[in-house]
Amino acid sequence: MPHRIEITLKDEVRDPRGERIKREIEHFLHLEVADVRTIDVYTVDAALSADELTQVAAGPFSDPVIQNYSIDKPAAAGFDYLVEVGFRPGVTDNVGRTAGEAIGYLLGRPLAVGEGVYTSVQYLISGKLSQADAEKIATGLLCNTLIQRYQILDAATFKAQGGVAPFVPKVQVEAKAEVNTINLEVSDEELMRISRDGVLALTLDEMKIIQAHYRDPLVVEKRKSLGLGAAPTDVELEALAQTWSEHCKHKIFSADVTYDDGTGKTEKINSLFKSYIQKTTADVRAAQGDKDYCLSVFKDNAGVIKFNDDWSLVFKVETHNSPSALDPYGGALTGIVGVNRDPFGTGKGAKLIFNTDVFCFADPFYEKELPKRLLHPRRIYEGVVEGVEHGGNKSGIPTVNGSLVFDERFAGKPLVFCGTAGLMPATIKGEPSHQKKIIPGDLIVMTGGRIGKDGIHGATFSSEELNENSPVSAVQIGDPITQKRMFDFLIRARDKALYRFITDNGAGGLSSSIGEMSEECGGCQLDLSKAPLKYPGLAPWEILISEAQERMSLAVPPEKIDEFMEMAKRYGVEATVLGTFTDSGIFHMLYGDKTVAYLPLSFMHAGLPPMQIPARWEKPVHEEPKLAPAADYTTDVKALLSSLNICSKESVVRRYDHEVQGGSVVKPFTGVDNDGPSDAAVVRPILDSFEGVVVGHGICPRYSDIDAYDMAANAIDEGLRNYVAVGGSLDLVAGLDNFCWCDPVLSERTPDGPYKMAQLVRANKALYDYCTVFSMPLISGKDSMKNDFYDGTTKISIPPTLLFSVIGKMEDARLAVTMDVKRAGDQVYLLGATANELGASEYLAQKGFIGNNVPKVDAQAALATYRAYGAALKAGLVASCHDLSDGGLAVAAAESAFAGGFGMELDLAKVPFKGDAGDKSDIVLLFSESASRLLATVRAEKAAEFEKAMAGTAFAKIGAVTADPTLKVKGIAGNVVVNAANAELKAAWQEPLKDL
Amino acid sequence: MTKAKALVITGNGTNCETEAAHACKLGGFDEARIAHIAELLTGEVSLDDYHFLNLTGGFLDGDDLGSAKAQANRLRYAAVEGKEERLVDQITRFIADGKLILGVCNGFQLLVKMGMLPALSGNYLNQTATLTYNEGGRFQDRWCYLKVDADSPSLYTRGIEGGVYLPVRHGEGKFLVDDAKTLETIEAKHLSCLKYSDKNYTAPTMDFPENPNGSVNAIAGICDETGRIMGLMPHPEAFVHRTQHPRWTREELPEEGEGLIFFKNAAKYVKKNF
Repeated sequence: MPHRIEITLKDEVRDPRGERIKREIEHFLHLEVADVRTIDVYTVDAALSADELTQVAAGPFSDPVIQNYSIDKPAAAGFDYLVEVGFRPGVTDNVGRTAGEAIGYLLGRPLAVGEGVYTSVQYLISGKLSQADAEKIATGLLCNTLIQRYQILDAATFKAQGGVAPFVPKVQVEAKAEVNTINLEVSDEELMRISRDGVLALTLDEMKIIQAHYRDPLVVEKRKSLGLGAAPTDVELEALAQTWSEHCKHKIFSADVTYDDGTGKTEKINSLFKSYIQKTTADVRAAQGDKDYCLSVFKDNAGVIKFNDDWSLVFKVETHNSPSALDPYGGALTGIVGVNRDPFGTGKGAKLIFNTDVFCFADPFYEKELPKRLLHPRRIYEGVVEGVEHGGNKSGIPTVNGSLVFDERFAGKPLVFCGTAGLMPATIKGEPSHQKKIIPGDLIVMTGGRIGKDGIHGATFSSEELNENSPVSAVQIGDPITQKRMFDFLIRARDKALYRFITDNGAGGLSSSIGEMSEECGGCQLDLSKAPLKYPGLAPWEILISEAQERMSLAVPPEKIDEFMEMAKRYGVEATVLGTFTDSGIFHMLYGDKTVAYLPLSFMHAGLPPMQIPARWEKPVHEEPKLAPAADYTTDVKALLSSLNICSKESVVRRYDHEVQGGSVVKPFTGVDNDGPSDAAVVRPILDSFEGVVVGHGICPRYSDIDAYDMAANAIDEGLRNYVAVGGSLDLVAGLDNFCWCDPVLSERTPDGPYKMAQLVRANKALYDYCTVFSMPLISGKDSMKNDFYDGTTKISIPPTLLFSVIGKMEDARLAVTMDVKRAGDQVYLLGATANELGASEYLAQKGFIGNNVPKVDAQAALATYRAYGAALKAGLVASCHDLSDGGLAVAAAESAFAGGFGMELDLAKVPFKGDAGDKSDIVLLFSESASRLLATVRAEKAAEFEKAMAGTAFAKIGAVTADPTLKVKGIAGNVVVNAANAELKAAWQEPLKDL
Repeated sequence: MTKAKALVITGNGTNCETEAAHACKLGGFDEARIAHIAELLTGEVSLDDYHFLNLTGGFLDGDDLGSAKAQANRLRYAAVEGKEERLVDQITRFIADGKLILGVCNGFQLLVKMGMLPALSGNYLNQTATLTYNEGGRFQDRWCYLKVDADSPSLYTRGIEGGVYLPVRHGEGKFLVDDAKTLETIEAKHLSCLKYSDKNYTAPTMDFPENPNGSVNAIAGICDETGRIMGLMPHPEAFVHRTQHPRWTREELPEEGEGLIFFKNAAKYVKKNF
C-alpha cells in the first residue's frame, strides 16, 4: 500500500512559497485571500516497514529545525480550501527521484523495480472563496493541467473523507513491443491522414517519395530476404518523419526560392543556408587567410573557434518555443539543459562556461481575451523565467547575458532562446578536440537518463503550428542534476580518451543522434530492446524517437568499453551498449533479434528534393506620423524608461547566478549601486589568465514591420556594438544567427506566405552584406520556422525575429569598460551619426505609430567607429561607454547617468547629424534609433587623445558629466528640453517589472 | 615543513569546485585537489591525506529535498568501499584530528544539516540550525557587506577589519535555529562571525537587500567553538581578484580580492600546526 508522508512547516516558521502564491492570487486573479500555507507530500510506493517510514520522514524528507512530518495522517488544518497538485503519470518528477535515492542510501538497499516516490504540493487557502474561485486558483495559477493533476477539497469534505487519499501516478501501460506496418498503397488523402494522425508532419510529396521507395523492386527483394514485408514498419516511418522534419532538416532554409524583389525582378535562390549563411563564413574565412580562427563551423552541434593556442571556444544558441508555450517551466528548463548538451556534444566535448538567454513575451499585464489554448503571458513569463533559473543555476553555469523583449504578438508563441558557450582544450592526447570520428566496429553507447514516453514527437510537433490538439507527450521536463552527473563523468572520460565520438540526444531522440552518427562511418546496427526504460510498455518506435532528456550518444572503441562502463558505474551514471556502428550503408534497427527498421542511409539522408517556395517582397507603407515639437520631453523620456522593452529587468536577472565559476568581469549590472544595465558580458574562463571571452547580442523584431532586411542589419549591428562597447576585439569575433519566423510557406492557412518568405530572404541578404564587411564569420545557428498560433479562427503570427549573438575575445579583460559614468567633469562623446530614423522606434510605438524610416546601417561607417573606439579603449582612454538602442540618445544618457550616480549636461545642437537638415529636430536627436552609435565618457585630460583616436569617424563632444545628479539636455534652439533628477529617472526605469 | 593540502569535493551538483581550488592555491596551499565524491566512496581519495576540506557551492542533488538534504543523508549512510567505515566516520576523524573545514553556500547548508555547525559542545552530528528559503521567496545573486565579529574564534576571519564585501547566490540562505537557547549560545560564544550589514559595517541589518534572505540576527556565517569549522552563505572564492568586484571599473581597488583572506588564513594555520 502506498504511504503519504506530509511535511509541514512549524507554525512559527514563515512560508515564503505560500506568501508568494497569496500575492499572485491577489495580483493576477484579483481574489482576496487571507492566508496560503503549503505542505510537501511524498507518496511512497514501496515496501517499507513502519519504522523505516519514520526514519525516512524524520531524516532526508524533513528538516527538524523548521518542519514536522506526518505519516499516513493528514496534516492539513485551518483552511477553507485545499488544493493538491501533483504530476501526471510519466512526467519527470525530479524531487521524487531524489527522494527514492535517499531512501536507498538510508536503508542500504535501492528501491525495487516498480517502486517509487511521487511528490505533490498541498496549498491550504484561507479566505472567503467559492468553489469556483478555488477552481480558478487551481487552474489559473497552481496547476498546469497538461502535465499536472489537482484536486480541490473544501474543509468539510476534507474532514468527511479523512484527508486526501494516496494516489500513485505510475505509468500503467500494457507491455507491448509490437511493431506495426503501415500500408502506403492508398489514396493521397489517406496518405495525408496517416501523416496528420501520426503527427508525422510529412507533406504529400514526402509521403509519395516514401511510397516510391517501398515500391522499388530492389527494396522489396531485400526486405523479403530479411523477413520484412513490403510496407514500412512504424519504426521506419517514424524515423523518416524525424529525420525529414523541418526541425531536423531545415527544409525551408534548403528550399529553392523564387524571390521577386517587388520591382518585378526575380531571382532564383537555391538554399538560403548555402547562399547566404555558409557563404558568409566561407567568404570571411577566405578573406582572413592565415588569420582564420574558425575551427569547426556548421557541421557539429555547435560552432568552434580558436581562443588561444591551448583552448578553443564553443558556442551555440537554440530555441525552445513550442514546448515553452505549452509548459513554460518544463519547456524552458528543457531548453537550457538541452542547449547545454550542444557544446558538450561538440568535438570530443567542452566544459560549459556560460549561458545566455533571450525571451520574447507578450505583456505580462495583458488584459484582453486570449484564444482558449493559450496560457496568459504572465504565466509564460513566470514559468519560463523559473525554468531557465533552475536549469542554469543548478547546472553551475553562469547566466551572463540576455534580454527580455515584449510584443503583443508573442502571445501566439513566446520565443525562448537559450545559449551556452564551452571551452575545450585545443588538443586531447595529441588530437584536435574539435574533431571526432567513428570507426566501424565502435560500440553504440547511450549515457544518462532513461527513455520514457516524454518528448515523443517533439521534433515533428514543433514543425507545425500550435493548435488545440498539440500533443501532451511532446513536453519534457529537464533534470539538471542527472545531466550534471553525466557531464562530470563524461568530461573525465574525455580526458582519458575513452570514447571517439559524442553527440547529444535532442530532437528526434536516438533516431536523429544515431542516424547522424551512422553517416560518419556508414551504418549502424542497434537493438532497441537494450535501451533502458523509465517504465515498461514502450513500443520500439517510441524508444527510437523519444526525446527523454539528459542523454548523450557515444561511439566507444571496443577495447575501451570495459574501462568506460566501469567508470560510468563509479560515477553513478547509467551507460548502455545498444549496438555497433557498421559500414553497411544501412540504418538497421532490431528489437531483440527481429529487424524492425532497415533503411538505406542514402535514402534517409538524401532522399528529399528541395521544397519550392515563392517569395514576393512588397514594401509596406505605414502612416507617417506628424509629431508636433514640444517645449519639454522629460515626460516622454520617463515614459520610455518605463516601457517594457526598456525598463530594468533586474528582478529577473538577479534570479540567475551570473558569477559561478569565478570568471565574471563585466556583470549584467554595474555602476555605483550595482543596478545599471551592462551592454555585454566579459568572462575569464581560465582563472589564472586575464584573457576574456566577450558575449553580446542584438534583437529588434519591431523593425520587421518595415523591412526584415533592416531588422537583421540592426540586430547584427546591435550585437556587435554591444560587444565592442565593453572591449570585445574585432580581430577575433564570430556571429551566431537564430531565426524565429512565422510560417513563410504559401498555403491555404498562410496566404501571405510569399511576403513572409521575402522577409526571410531579405534578412538573409542582410546577414551576408553586413557580416562580410564586419569580417564576422557565422559559426552556428538555428531556425524555428513555425511560430504561429491558429485555432481555426484566430491566427497570431510572431514578428519575424533574428537573434544575433556575438562572441569573441579581449586579450586583457582588465581593460573592459562599463556603461556607468565615472566622475564629474568627464567629457561626453557621441560616436556615430544620428538620422531621422524613428521608424518602428520605441518612441513611435509609445505614440501609437510604426512609421517608415527604419534605421539603416552603414556598415563601413560602423566599422570605422568600432575600430577607432576599440583602439581608444585599448589605450585606456575610455571611462564609460553605453550603446544607443531602444529609446535612442535620451535613454542611453539617462541610463549612463543614473548608473554612475552623476548628472549629465548635453547639447543636442552638437549631435552629428546625417541627412536632410530639414529632418533635424529635438525629437529625432533624442529618440531616433539610428544604428552604430555609442555614448562614451572620457576624462578631460584624455579628451584630446581620444579625439585623435576617433579622427576620421563621425563623432562629437556633446556635453559633460556633472556633479549634480540631474540629466539636463539642451535642444537645438538652446532651451532645456529634458531636465530630470537621476532618482526620478531611475525610479521610472525600475518600476514596471520590479515585483515580478 | 608539511605540504599544505586542500581538498575540494565535487559531484552530485557541486558547482564551485574550480574557483574554490583556485582560491586555495592563491591562498598558499601547496596542493588543491578536486575530488569527485565517487573517488571518496571508492576509497581512491581519503580525507586523511588532506588538511583543509572545502565543501563548496552548488545544488547538491538539485536541492530536491531542501538544500543539501540528500547529500547530508548520503554522507551519513554511504559506506567507503573496501573499508569498514562510512564517509561520515572519515569526516569526524578529520575534525578530531584538528583539521579545517570551510563550507560555502551549499557547503554551509550541508554542514548545518549534518549537524557539524554550530556543533555546540562539540556534538558534530546533531542538527540544531538550518538554512531555508529566502524571505523574499526568490534566488538572489547580489553582493553583500558582511560585518565581522572580531571576537569570533573563527580562524578564517582573522585580521579582517570591519568586514568583507562578497557575493551571495542562493535561494535558501535564511539562517534559523531550533530554539532561543541555541541562538543565545551562538551569540554568547561569538560563533556568528559574519553578519549582513550596511556598507560601513556599523551594524547588522534585517533590511532587504542588504540582508538578502532574512536570516535571524542577520547571520551570514558561523563557526564551531574551535574556529576551525566555518560555514557561510557568501562566496569568498568568488572575490580573489579585483576584476570580480562589481564596481572594479570605477573604484580604486587592490589587486587581491577581499575573499582571499579566508584561504590565506587557512593555509597559514595548516602550515603552522601540521
